[in-house]
Amino acid sequence: MLERLEEIAATEQLFAEEFAHTVNVCMAAGCMSSQSGLIKEAFDKEIERGGVERRCRVRGTGCMGLCAAGPLVTVDSQTPDEVLYQQVKVEDVPDIINALEGQPVKRLQCSIDIPFFKRQKKIVLENSGIIDPERIEEYIARDGYSALLRAITEMSPSDVIDEIVASGLRGRGGGGYPTGLKWTTVAKSDGEVKYVICNADEGDPGAFMDRSVLESDPHRILEGMAIAGYAIGASQGYVYVRGEYPLAVARLKTAIRQARRSNMLGSGIGGTPFNFHVDIRLGAGAFVCGEETALIASIEGKRGQPRPRPPYPAEYGLWGCPTLINNVETLASVAPIVRNGGEWYAQYGTATSKGTKVFALAGGIRNTGLIEVPMGTSLRDIIYDIGGGISAMGECKAIQTGGPSGGCIPAAYLDTLVDYESLAALGSIMGSGGMIVMDESTSMVDVARYFMEFCMTESCGRCVPCRVGTVHMYNILDKFSRHEGTQDDLVLLEKLCDMVRNTSLCGLGQTAPNPVLSTLRYFRSEYMDCMIPEPDGAEIINETLEVAQ
Amino acid sequence: MKRPFKTRIKTLKIDGIDVGAREDETLLELAQENDIFIPTLCHLEGVHDIGGCRLCLVEVKGTNKLLPACMTYAEEGMEVTTNSERLQMYRRQVLDLLFSERNHVCSVCVSNGHCELQWLAGKLGISHVGVPYLYPQLSVDASHRFYIYDPNRCILCTRCVRVCDEIEGAHTWDVMGRGTDCLIISDLNQPWGTSDTCTRCGKCVQVCPTGALFHKTKAVAEMEKRRDFLPYLRTMREGRK
Repeated sequence: MLERLEEIAATEQLFAEEFAHTVNVCMAAGCMSSQSGLIKEAFDKEIERGGVERRCRVRGTGCMGLCAAGPLVTVDSQTPDEVLYQQVKVEDVPDIINALEGQPVKRLQCSIDIPFFKRQKKIVLENSGIIDPERIEEYIARDGYSALLRAITEMSPSDVIDEIVASGLRGRGGGGYPTGLKWTTVAKSDGEVKYVICNADEGDPGAFMDRSVLESDPHRILEGMAIAGYAIGASQGYVYVRGEYPLAVARLKTAIRQARRSNMLGSGIGGTPFNFHVDIRLGAGAFVCGEETALIASIEGKRGQPRPRPPYPAEYGLWGCPTLINNVETLASVAPIVRNGGEWYAQYGTATSKGTKVFALAGGIRNTGLIEVPMGTSLRDIIYDIGGGISAMGECKAIQTGGPSGGCIPAAYLDTLVDYESLAALGSIMGSGGMIVMDESTSMVDVARYFMEFCMTESCGRCVPCRVGTVHMYNILDKFSRHEGTQDDLVLLEKLCDMVRNTSLCGLGQTAPNPVLSTLRYFRSEYMDCMIPEPDGAEIINETLEVAQ
Repeated sequence: MKRPFKTRIKTLKIDGIDVGAREDETLLELAQENDIFIPTLCHLEGVHDIGGCRLCLVEVKGTNKLLPACMTYAEEGMEVTTNSERLQMYRRQVLDLLFSERNHVCSVCVSNGHCELQWLAGKLGISHVGVPYLYPQLSVDASHRFYIYDPNRCILCTRCVRVCDEIEGAHTWDVMGRGTDCLIISDLNQPWGTSDTCTRCGKCVQVCPTGALFHKTKAVAEMEKRRDFLPYLRTMREGRK
C-alpha cells in the first residue's frame, strides 16, 4: 500500500515538473473575501489567451499566512525562491503573466525575507498555502497518509500512544491537557464502541486557526483522526464544524470523499483490517457547543448544553461510549509526530509546553494573519518582529489572548515567553490561539464589556451563575463604559466575578470573568476614571456650613 | 480478572460524620439520608439531575473546585463539607441572582407560603436582594383549560421539562433561547392550551418549585404542590429499584 502512495507522489511530482511556472492563488476565506476567486479565473483566462497552458498552470491553495496583504499570489518557477505578490487585483494579472519569464513585477512583490516568514516554524501549517486542498494527490506528494499507513501496518496502538506521550503534545483547544494522557485514558476505557471527535467549533472572536487548517489542509485532520481511531480502538469519527465555516465544510467533504476513494478512510484502510469512518456534524451557531459535553449533546441531537464532569467523555461520551475529543490543531499535529517520532516534536518548545502553536494575529497589528511559532517565543517577538509592530500610531497597550475565557496582558509583560504556564500566571490563558493586539487608543473597560456581552449572549442558560451573573456583570461594565460607575458597582462586580468563576457549571461561566479580572488587575485606574466624579456639592455644603457658623 | 462484587461500598465523611455509601449514591442522597441539609432547587427525586441551580455545591477535600452534590458520587475517603461560610455566601448569591432575574413578587403569588424559592431564601437568611432587579417583560400563558404558566415566576430549573419527558413521556415542555432569554415553551412555542402533546396530567404543575405553574382555581397563597407520587411513578415506569 505504501508503494501505491509513493507511486501517486511520483506521478504528482512528474506532473508538477511539466510546468515551468506554477501560479498559486490563495483560496482561503481571508483572500477569497477580497476576490481571490476572480483573480484565479483571470489567471486561467490570461494563460489561455497567451497560449502558455503547457508551460504554466494555476492552482488554488490554502492560507499563506499574511492575510493583511491579501489577496496573495505566489509564482513558483522551479527556482529555489518563490515570488510572492501581495494585494493582487484582477488588473494586475496580465502583468504577472508577462513577467513569468523575466523579472518579477516590482510594485506587487512582497519580500519573503521578512521575519514574518523567516521566524516561523511550520509543523501544523507545513502544507498550508503550498498544496491545493482539494486534491488528495498533492497531500500524498508531501508525505500525506504515510504516517497513517505506518501506524496501522508497523505499529501497535500502544506504540502510537507512546509516540504521542513522548512528543509532549498538549491540547491546543485551550485547556492544555496532555494529549497522550487523554489518548491513554480513552484507550483504557471499557467499551466495544468508541468515538473520535474533532472539535472544530472555533468560536473565539478574532481566532481563525482551525478554519485555516481545515480550509488549507483538510486531509491532515482526517489522517490525525484515523491515527487516533487506531490508537484508541474507534472506528467512527465526527468532525464538529461550526456552520459559519461553509468553505471549510465544503473542503472537508471533498477531502473525505477523496480519502474514501483512495482507501485512506472507510473499511479495510490500506488493505489492513482497520476501519475508520468520518462524518461531519454542523454547529448551529452556539459558542458553548465548543465545550466538549455540550458538543457531544449537540451531536446526539439534543440541545447543546454542557453537563457537569466527571464523568469525562473519555469514560462516558458520545451516546455513553468512551470518546476522544481533540481540537483541530491537536489532531493536525498528530501525523507529523507519528511520521517523525515524538522526540523530534519534543525538541521544539519549552520544558512544559512542547512543539509549536498557531496564533491568529488580529487587531491593531501590521501583519494580521496566521503564524506558527515554537512554544517559548516571546510576545515581543511575535508582535514586533513577526507581526511587524503596531499598525496605528502609538505603542502596544495590551494583548488579549484566549478570547472570552482569556485576559489582557499589558505591554509591560511583552518579554514573557509564551507557554501554557506563563500565560496562566499572568491571569490569561493560551486559549485556542487568538491574539488580539490593542494599541493605546483602546479602552480596557470597553474590552471587558465586549467580552462580557459575548459571554452573556452565549451562555446556554442552564446554570444560574452564568445565566444571570453575566447579565449583571455586563450591566455594571456598561455603566462604567458610560462613565457612570460607582464604588459600590466595583465592589459588586468583583463579588460577582468571584462567584461566577467558582460556581458555574462549565468552562464558559468559570472563565467568563477572566477578561474583567485581568483588566482590573492591570488597568484598574481606567475603571476608576470611568466613575462618576465626587459631587462638587460636597465642597459647597462645607462652605455653606462655614458661612452659617 | 472480573471484580467479584457488583456494587462497591464506600466510606466517607460528610461534615465530619462517617457515613457508608453505595458507589451509585450521590452526596445529596447521602446527606439527606443522614439528616444533613443541602439546599437545592433543580434536583427532583425520580428524574435525572442536571446540576443547574448550583445551590447544592459542596467542598471536597483535595480539590479546589466546588462540586454539585446532586451529581457527585460517593468515593472512598472523601471528606465533604456542606455548609462552610463560603458555600453559604455563594448560595445566598445564587438566590439573589434568581430573585433579580424575573419578577418574583411574593405578596401576589399563588404559591406564597408554599414556594421553595421563598422558603430557601428564609432558611438561608436573605434579608434583601444585593443586585439590581432586571424586570423582564414576560407574558402569562393562561390558554390551558386547567393550568396557568407564568414565566415571571419561573427559575428555569427545568423540573417540568424533565418530569414531562421522563415520567409522563409527553415532552410537551422544553427550553427555548439562550442565556437569560431562556424560556420554557410548550411544543413548538405555542400557547399551552393548543398543545397536541399535553396530556393535562399536571405533573409539571406539581413539581414546579415556585408559582410559575399553577391551577387555574387557586388564588394568592392557595397553591400547594404535591409531589410524593413521583418516585412511585418512576418505579412503576421502569419496574425496578
